[in-house]
Amino acid sequence: MKEPSIRRRILYDKLFKIIVVLITFCSILPMFFILFFITSKGISVISWRFLTQLPKPVGEIGGGILNAIIGTLMLVGIGMAFSVPVGILAGIFLSEGRKGKLASLTRLCVETLQGVPSIVIGIIAYIWLVVSMGSFSALSGGVALGLMMLPVIITATEQTLKLIPGSLKEASLALGVSYSRTILKVILPAGMSGIVTGILLSIARVAGETAPLLFTAFGSPFMNFNVLKPINSLPLMIFNYATSPYPEWHTLAWGASFILIILVLGLNLFTKIVTKRWKVQF
Amino acid sequence: MNHSGAEFLMLRSKTNTMRWRRPALSESSFRKILSIAGVFVLLLLVAIFFSLVIASFPSIRNFGVRFLFSSTWDPVKSEFGAFPFLLGTLATSFLALVISVVFSIPISIFLGEYSAQGSTATFIKSMIELLAGVPSVIYGFCGLFLLAPLVRMLEMKLGVAPYGVGIFTASLVLSIMIIPYSASIGREVISLVPSDLKEAALSLGATRFEVIRKVILPYAGSGIVAGILLSLGRALGETMAVTMVIGNSNFIPKGVFSPANTLASVIANEFTEATGSLYLASLIELGLVLFIVTTIINLIGKLIIRRMGVEG
Amino acid sequence: MKYVLSFIMTLVILIAATGDGTAKEQELIGAGATFPYPLYSKMFDVYSKEYGVKVNYQAIGSGGGIRQLTNKTVDFGGSDAMMSEADLKEASAPILHIPTCAGAVVLTYNLPGNLQLKFTPDVIGDLFLGKIGKWNDRRLSDINPGVKLPDMNVTVVHRSDGSGTTFIFSDYLSKVSREWKEKVGAGTSLNWPAGLGGKGNPGVAGLVKQTPGSIGYVELIYALQNRMPYGSVKNKKGNFVTATLAATSKAADTNLPDDMKVSLTDTDAPEGYPISGFTWILVYKDQGYGDRSEEKAKALVKLLWWMTHEGQKYTEPLEYAPLSKKAVEKAEKLIKSISYKSSVIMK
Repeated sequence: MKEPSIRRRILYDKLFKIIVVLITFCSILPMFFILFFITSKGISVISWRFLTQLPKPVGEIGGGILNAIIGTLMLVGIGMAFSVPVGILAGIFLSEGRKGKLASLTRLCVETLQGVPSIVIGIIAYIWLVVSMGSFSALSGGVALGLMMLPVIITATEQTLKLIPGSLKEASLALGVSYSRTILKVILPAGMSGIVTGILLSIARVAGETAPLLFTAFGSPFMNFNVLKPINSLPLMIFNYATSPYPEWHTLAWGASFILIILVLGLNLFTKIVTKRWKVQF
Repeated sequence: MNHSGAEFLMLRSKTNTMRWRRPALSESSFRKILSIAGVFVLLLLVAIFFSLVIASFPSIRNFGVRFLFSSTWDPVKSEFGAFPFLLGTLATSFLALVISVVFSIPISIFLGEYSAQGSTATFIKSMIELLAGVPSVIYGFCGLFLLAPLVRMLEMKLGVAPYGVGIFTASLVLSIMIIPYSASIGREVISLVPSDLKEAALSLGATRFEVIRKVILPYAGSGIVAGILLSLGRALGETMAVTMVIGNSNFIPKGVFSPANTLASVIANEFTEATGSLYLASLIELGLVLFIVTTIINLIGKLIIRRMGVEG
Repeated sequence: MKYVLSFIMTLVILIAATGDGTAKEQELIGAGATFPYPLYSKMFDVYSKEYGVKVNYQAIGSGGGIRQLTNKTVDFGGSDAMMSEADLKEASAPILHIPTCAGAVVLTYNLPGNLQLKFTPDVIGDLFLGKIGKWNDRRLSDINPGVKLPDMNVTVVHRSDGSGTTFIFSDYLSKVSREWKEKVGAGTSLNWPAGLGGKGNPGVAGLVKQTPGSIGYVELIYALQNRMPYGSVKNKKGNFVTATLAATSKAADTNLPDDMKVSLTDTDAPEGYPISGFTWILVYKDQGYGDRSEEKAKALVKLLWWMTHEGQKYTEPLEYAPLSKKAVEKAEKLIKSISYKSSVIMK
């Protein structure tokens, strides 16, 4: 068999490296394009009026996204109220009972839950909350978001707590501190930065979600603080405006996208920096 | 002296006890609370599955297994079949997978092997990971306004109907969205290849390319496949971006530029208005199918990753 | 850090829970047709300013309106499609169809050059059945002499969601084309033989606007607001009629049954536009279901009265045909028959 010459092999090597580097750098381009377009089309729309007004009826110029911003905050808040306590407790459970049968089963469920498509979560929230309550509501939308936040928070808590050296727990127990206090007042605070990072990541994940809100939160042109009524949110508004034929609504959608992407990417970047700085790992 | 020492200690411990404002939970009851939290998560998943099954029951009872192979979706005649959407889902997901792999494997090699440290690596890594953070509706928005006109021009050049939206556009948008999933897992497994294996090959005179081809990729192979499976799982369930650019046609797509619908997009489009309980049940059954398929694929992927010892 | 988090969470929950304090002002929730959405969004904006009652209407399609009203998740539904026997049976309680205005479904298209096209019923049927593949097909050029039709593929755009606009359009086609009636039929959600799907009237308008060579059906105002061309249609009496306010009103000037469930398509009126239709607000006749309060029922009845009387002045600027005197009389009778438990609300 003829062995390819050294020169040919070195050529292939160099060629390969060039191709790999080229493709890698090309793959950053979409991110740049997205950011560039949203910023260029969106930033001209941002004004104090835009951020503090309610949307106007079809065909009238102006209007703002205030109710969408408040709606997003409220929905995320409701989601947190439900997912943070349960998530942290479940995360502690998983990190404490590592080998147990229940723990492995639970871990499996968490991983499965993480992969459930957001539209299926929407269907579930509709069946559980909208049909039983007889109306669309912020609550059902918030619960849907909470279901999506739960696995992220559980995993983050479990991983963070796993990294805490066992000697800390042992020292506390040896000093006579009860088990529950050890966990809640010694271990948990030690892992707090990792857990908070997990919570921030889960917020970033759900703040941009639309599918689970389509038939739960329903949307609204008004301002709403009532948990039992329908509510608007940034991604819902973007979806409705983007698929309409009105150019004024398109411009509003670009503006709203700009706000949303700053919020979500900002959270992501923040958690990245925090993870590096505080050497949190999970 | 000893006597007073012991008394002193007991006094100390008594004051310590008195300083605690309330009695602490006993270990067993606290552990019970923890396991309740665990059981809660378990029950949640079980409840989700059963809710889906029960709600799709009218449809399951009516159509049976036929549902998966029938290609008629006719709300007027109450005839429902999932085949066009299964096809649409598979077509977009696999096409997106193929396109994304072309990018994610080089990225994994670059970040795992060529440039594992340093500021360029961190920059590129962050950029790729941020792709996963962009909300789906924004991908759809950009796809509709930026990509669709380009695809339309391409279609006019090729002489195909200039829809601009369709399977091709949806696959393009989807492929960008799933790159980070396979890229980051791929990077991890590649960087975990033991250096003595690599060095042995290098010392035998292999070029870097040959080391990658013959040592790294075979070793990390199953991990890379697992990462690809995970991004497939993501692609299958993606809703908003696909709904906005897929053209919304309930028919079996004729070609790669045809409009279509995926399991997720048809649910998003028709759920709020399914008049008639059979219609609604059929849509929920689609959700059930989606749930089962994505769960299986995700679990297989995670299993492989865990076997390889990587923290996914 | 943990305390800050829990503090914020408590605050959010408190704000959310106390929201009910402002609920002295009634809020009504409606969902449904996109057909009248530009009109309703204007009407409800004015109504909230004048009466302080917020009406939250989400345009999710007529099918959505019917479904959500049946599920009792909304106070009223909006629909341009009459509820079928099966729909009414599922609702299990009588539902009133209260007309608010009439509109026209026009055929809008995207072609180069400022072309004004004429359509005949059979050509429309064949276009949407996918049987006419090119714009310069003989059948189109025959009815459009002197118009330079381009050599482009026809792309059909229809609704992807359950739509009353689809109902009106397919009801018309079922009347004028036997093939359509057999193959496709009339309804809110059809098994379309060809084309792209858009969500809502806005979705279809958007797709047609962006796709060269496409043709779709939308309510008149959507074509006007987006400055899109639309064709004239040959009506039953053989006249090519362009959709206007007047032509729609003429089509609506027909025998009106007491329950106002009437189709206006394929009208006998010589100058009437053949693809017209009423749009209705659907409400339960007996408002005393579930835990609905009497205040809410009263607020709903007041809204309906306003929409059929003072609110009518907003129809013409948006090119919707206002209700004729006869239609208003019938509507009044229907509204007066709405009861709460056993007593009629409006005397």
